[in-house]
Amino acid sequence: MTGARLPPTPGQTVGPFYGYALPFDGDSELVSTQHPKAVRLHGTVRDGRGSPVPDALLEIWQPDADGMISREPGSLRRDGYTFTGWGRAATDDTGHYSFTTIEPGSSGNGTAPFFAMTVFARGLLNRLFTRIYLPGHAALASDVLLTAVPADRRDTLMARREGDGLVFDLTLQGERETVFLAYPGN
Amino acid sequence: MKAYRRARLRESASVADVTDAADREPVEASADSATATQEDITQEIEAISANYAAATRPETMPRLDYPPYRSSILRHPTKDLHHADPETIELYAPVFGLRDVDPLESDLTIQRHGDPIGERIVVTGRVVDGAGRPVANQLVEIWQANSAGRYIHKRDQHPAPLDPHFSGTGRCLTDDQGNYRFTTIKPGPYPWKNHHNAWRPAHIHFSLFGTDFTQRMITQMYFPGDPLFPLDPIYQAIVDPEARERLVAAYDHDVTTHEWSTGYRWDIVLTGSQRTWMEGEDDR
Repeated sequence: MTGARLPPTPGQTVGPFYGYALPFDGDSELVSTQHPKAVRLHGTVRDGRGSPVPDALLEIWQPDADGMISREPGSLRRDGYTFTGWGRAATDDTGHYSFTTIEPGSSGNGTAPFFAMTVFARGLLNRLFTRIYLPGHAALASDVLLTAVPADRRDTLMARREGDGLVFDLTLQGERETVFLAYPGN
Repeated sequence: MKAYRRARLRESASVADVTDAADREPVEASADSATATQEDITQEIEAISANYAAATRPETMPRLDYPPYRSSILRHPTKDLHHADPETIELYAPVFGLRDVDPLESDLTIQRHGDPIGERIVVTGRVVDGAGRPVANQLVEIWQANSAGRYIHKRDQHPAPLDPHFSGTGRCLTDDQGNYRFTTIKPGPYPWKNHHNAWRPAHIHFSLFGTDFTQRMITQMYFPGDPLFPLDPIYQAIVDPEARERLVAAYDHDVTTHEWSTGYRWDIVLTGSQRTWMEGEDDR
């Protein structure tokens, strides 16, 4: 982790025309809808005026229900059995996205489980990172990241339970702006 | 004002119309954007650039808030990014393998029944992390316009010909040394609706994964000497001139092959890996 750092290659916007290139069959289905623990993770992406963003692309990366991190290939050609932990979903014309997945388990020492999410969109010049925490977990109150985020913004990182699904809306800009993350080296 | 009203009208008429018009006439652009001239945009670009020249610490990434790119105005975060130390899942990246990607997907000139029109090129390079370690066996996805500057995407209405023999999408896995290689057709520049007479320099979109979730990135590779560089607000959103240059491939005659294709080399450096690598892990 030491030594000279090479200057990173800059990012650029995903643009408007990824639609025929990045989405693929089964991209947003980390598990089948028939899976006994299948849950829908969905929501709407909005801009600074509250308008839906119909050309955003979201990716999630998560451990399985037991907190295990998958090292299995096969996300691009899913076999219906292997949990790879990674998925991709483009928003539709109403700015809505939807994943079929399972709820992640805690990956270490009872820490609060979360989905890691990447956000791309036309008009967004570089990707954004965020986390989606599960509501009601005992470890939320002591989570290192959540407790460091101002209290009035914490709920932008929390999914809410609605029906048999988890809802997580994103706001790219403004009063209700989602907390986006910068990691060291970014 | 007129352009804005037109876009709003579309929105009330049909959501689909708005998305069809999405990049041609962004609804969220400021009121006067579609009527801005190239001169207006260039002046804005130059003003930001002059201001940056006075700064001391080089910026390596594009600015998220870059008004000359009108679509960014309502889509950039206005609050500071929250600094976080990556934990658990963030210290790993998804794994892709031969099950995911067919080696033939790296040749964009053989996907349909016939040869695409245009200048055949090979684009190759190496993906490394911030410490120079190869990002081995990892997924690289590309997409691009055809040689006439047209995407097959339904939202692209540029009246240039589609090429029935060219889809403009490709994938590959890097090898053990982090090398990728694509055979394709040199894309053309194309017009867009950021401002009047706006043209994007020719580019290939690249989607990249590292060894950590935190290294995920999407970018665009450009071709050397493009006269559109100073005019393009997406390229210029990287305000540091040396950082911008990192998106420009180099012509490489050693990649060029006799009576077949010209060659370009473009190496990619992802941000640093945060994780201490375990022995044996990098030979996966």
